[in-house]
Amino acid sequence: MSRIDADTTSAAIRARPARRRRYALERDGVLGSLMLGPAVLYLVLVVGYPLVLAIMYSFSDVTVGSSRFDFAGLATFKTAIHDPHFPAVVAHTFIITGISQALVVVLCTILAFTLAANFRGKWFVRFLVLMPWTTPVALGAIIWLWMLDSIFTPFNWFAQQLHVIGPGEQLNLLGHAGLATASVIAVQTWRTLPLATVIVLAGLSSIPRDVEEQAEVDGAGFWRRLFGIQIPLLAPVILVAVLFGIVFTFTDMAVVFILTGGGPGDATQVLASWAFYKGINGGNLAVGAADALFMFPVLLGLAIVVLMMASGRREKS
Amino acid sequence: MAIVEVRDLRKEFGGTAAVDGINLVTEEGEYLVLLGPSGCGKTTLLRLLAGLERPTGGDVVIGGEVVTDLPPRARKIAMVFQSYALYPHKTVRKNIVFPLAAAHVPKSEWAAKVEWAAGILGIQRLLDRRPRELSGGERQRVALARAMVREPQVFLFDEPLSNLDAKLRTSARDELKEFQRRVGITTVYVTHDQVEAMGLGDRIAVLNAGQIQQIGTPEEIYSNPATTFVATFVGAPPMNIIRTDGKLVGFRPENLLPLEAVGSRDDQLVCDFEISRVENLGSDRYVYGSIPALDPEAKVIAKLPSTLTVVARPDTREKYAVELDKLRYFDPDTGERVAPDQRTRTP
Repeated sequence: MSRIDADTTSAAIRARPARRRRYALERDGVLGSLMLGPAVLYLVLVVGYPLVLAIMYSFSDVTVGSSRFDFAGLATFKTAIHDPHFPAVVAHTFIITGISQALVVVLCTILAFTLAANFRGKWFVRFLVLMPWTTPVALGAIIWLWMLDSIFTPFNWFAQQLHVIGPGEQLNLLGHAGLATASVIAVQTWRTLPLATVIVLAGLSSIPRDVEEQAEVDGAGFWRRLFGIQIPLLAPVILVAVLFGIVFTFTDMAVVFILTGGGPGDATQVLASWAFYKGINGGNLAVGAADALFMFPVLLGLAIVVLMMASGRREKS
Repeated sequence: MAIVEVRDLRKEFGGTAAVDGINLVTEEGEYLVLLGPSGCGKTTLLRLLAGLERPTGGDVVIGGEVVTDLPPRARKIAMVFQSYALYPHKTVRKNIVFPLAAAHVPKSEWAAKVEWAAGILGIQRLLDRRPRELSGGERQRVALARAMVREPQVFLFDEPLSNLDAKLRTSARDELKEFQRRVGITTVYVTHDQVEAMGLGDRIAVLNAGQIQQIGTPEEIYSNPATTFVATFVGAPPMNIIRTDGKLVGFRPENLLPLEAVGSRDDQLVCDFEISRVENLGSDRYVYGSIPALDPEAKVIAKLPSTLTVVARPDTREKYAVELDKLRYFDPDTGERVAPDQRTRTP
């Protein structure tokens, strides 16, 4: 082939920029970044910016009252830790998250198995189970505030019927340290249970039918199938469900804020609400930011676990 | 003693019968293959035997005991699924042990049983692996080992070879047959693959539309099909069926041979074969065409072994012959086999 021929051919291939532009959207690089764009923008504005701001604040001495921004090094963190209430606040955060999510593990598994079975009115039960998830946190917490009211709570009546308390006595659910903590745990469980149930339900339907039937033919009864086959196969999914629950509970301030305001005393104060009271109500933005940042290592650890599981799963398949 | 017996068994799904009144008796230690096209009810029948489905009517008897209302675990059966259904989170050893634990066999006996099963199937070195680290053939062996440790009265196989690639399938089939020969336990085997059925089965039950068309040895099924369905389902290429004289006449492609090759005899049906196409498959030649004098509509195939060097060319008409005792007659209305009739001797 002559050189002129080769040149014209390659020119013909390279040319037609209009055509190339027309199909640019179909290239993975272009289309991919275009579709990821909004999500990245959202994350930068709503997560990235406040996080950077919080980190900056926590190394400064910013308060609500002054516009001065001085670098304070680790002094703010020291102030935060040395607050006499701080250890209790951290303990409450772990207790409330730990107990509520332990309950979620058990309850979401039971609920998922129930909803996987066939019975009449299943759609209605599914609807009821999902309800708490569709309710905004603040709204749900306010409803519970009424439900747990010291005088009008229906739980007084139940407790009286069961002779836990005498007639005419009241539980004062939100006014007693232990009961208030239990109340917060209950509401957090109620709130995070639906998502966990849906996740486990999805995981349940992904267990091959063959494997379950094989266990049946192999002679396994209900409990052996449950604990020997189904739950071990579900474990990764349950873990994912609970990791979400931990994040939602650990970082939540709305339930405590609305239900107990951290009280009685500081009996139900958690890191999120504590940071809010210190930083916003107390006016010490720097200490508030530092308090909130103590959640960071825990969340970082969780994120790493989730990412490791996700990549491990990809390798397997 | 009959190990598995099925009486008037019916199973309906939403009004349509998947299994429509089946009666079946297996003999001790036999390899019974349920053969049929997809949707014929063979898998449903197997699941009814296993207890994974409850029949709409009729009874299942295993080992002389009516088990119709008993769950799978009360039936002393072992089943191997198409996917092998190994427990993905358990090692091979724990997979094999699972039925023992479920049957409350004392722990002290487990090791010996695993050793025994793994020894028969040659999987000792795989015991500590997990299912996803195994090849298809190895998975089959593990599934078999798990099936045999409980020493069941009967093995149920649901198309265990269909997930394997063609090359592996032949050796896996071999292994299955050898396995059953060594263990000697009654086996019911479901497949849609007639080659598997012919190769494995002591007897074959051909199913269609939820009913048994014929039960018999592979030879019986092949040479004396009870219905036109069996005749055309079993054998590749299928039996030729032509309509002549108000009857259906069938003959196998390999029995239709050039007169030139077989020589003229008086126990033959000789006809003009109009050849339309020839396929050379190496070991055989398939000659496609029709016999206008008998039934111009019906497509007819002749299968010539490669040892026959007779020329067959498209668009020619040649004299072909079938031995009379190779002809099979069927009722045109019911499709059922009828006795031969001397009238059609010389067309």
